[in-house]
Amino acid sequence: MTNKKDYQLWEVFIRSNRGIDHKHVGSLRAPDAEMAMQNARDLYTRRMEGVSIWVVPSSQIIASDPDDKSVLFDPSEDKIYRHPTFYKLPKELEHM
Amino acid sequence: MNNDLYIYTLRQADNAMILCQRLCQWVAKGPELEEDIALTNIGLDMIGQARSLYQYAADLSDQDVTEDDLAFMRDEREWTNLLLVEQPNGNFADTIARQYFYDVWHLAFLEDLLNSKDQMLAAIAAKSVKEAQYHVRHSGNWLKRLGDGTELSHERMQSAVDEMWQFTPEMFESDELDQRLLAAGYAADLTKVKTTWDETVTALLKQATLIKPDDAFLMNGGRKGIHTQHMGYLLAEMQILPRSMPGCDW
Repeated sequence: MTNKKDYQLWEVFIRSNRGIDHKHVGSLRAPDAEMAMQNARDLYTRRMEGVSIWVVPSSQIIASDPDDKSVLFDPSEDKIYRHPTFYKLPKELEHM
Repeated sequence: MNNDLYIYTLRQADNAMILCQRLCQWVAKGPELEEDIALTNIGLDMIGQARSLYQYAADLSDQDVTEDDLAFMRDEREWTNLLLVEQPNGNFADTIARQYFYDVWHLAFLEDLLNSKDQMLAAIAAKSVKEAQYHVRHSGNWLKRLGDGTELSHERMQSAVDEMWQFTPEMFESDELDQRLLAAGYAADLTKVKTTWDETVTALLKQATLIKPDDAFLMNGGRKGIHTQHMGYLLAEMQILPRSMPGCDW
C-alpha cells in the first residue's frame, strides 16, 4: 500500500458495445492496477458505456512534444497525393 | 404464508434501505473523488434493491400501502434491519468493515435465495446478485489494502473490524419465521450462508494481516425492532421531508 501522495495517475480506455477499438475516455487516480480497474468501472461505465476496459499508467504513455508540432505534422500539409482522391471510381460505386 | 413472506421481504428491504442511507452520507465527503463515486454507486444499487423489495412487500401486504409508506412512514420499532447496517460511517475503515461483512453475507444470502420457490424473490435476487458480487470485490479490495497497508491504516482497519464484529452473528440468526419459510423452500438457508461467510471472511482477514476477533460480546435485536442508539437519528434525517410534507412531490 502506498501513501495517498504516491497515488498514480491512470488513463482509461473503454470499448463500447458498437466499437471494436478502445477509446480514451479520461483518467483517474489509484494506488495500484486492481483498484484502477475498479475505479474505472465506477467512474466510466455507469451508464452502460462499455463492454471492456483498459487502464494504463499515464507514466507509461510516450507523448509527442507539443513544440514538435510543426516538425512532425506540417510536412504532410502539401502532400495531397497521399490521400487516395485521384482514383477514378466506377459509376456503380455510389457511396464512397 | 403471505404474511410471512411480507415480513421476510420487508427485512431484506430494510437492510438495503438503511445501508443505502448510510452510504449516501458519504456523498461529497469521500476520501477521494473516485471513492466518493464508488460508495454512491453502491448506495444506488442498494436503493434499487430496496425499491424492488418494498414494492413487492406492498403487494404482499394486506393493507393499502405503497413502497414510500414502508420506507418513510414507519417508526424505529417497526424497522427490521440488521443492527450492522445502521452503524455510523465512522472513518473510512469503519465503513469498509461494515460494508465487507455485509457484502459477503448478502452475496451468500442472495446466491441461496436464487433457488427460492417464490419467483419474485428469486428474480430480485438474480438481479441483485451481480451487484453484490461487485460490492464484495470493492469492499474486500479495500479491507485487504488497508489491513496490509501502512501502520496507521492497519491499526484503523483492525479497530474497525473489532468494532463491527459484535454485529455480525445477528446476520445468521434464524427465527421461527425463517425456519418456516426455509422448510417450505422459500427462504435462504442461513446455516449455509454462515459457512460461506466464515470461510470467506477468515481467509480475507488473514490475507489482510488482521486478527479475527473473538465472539465475546454480541448484539442483536434488529429483527424485533430493537435498534442501537444511532437508528433514531438516521430515520429522522431520512424521513423528515415526507413526514413533514405528506404527499410532497418535486
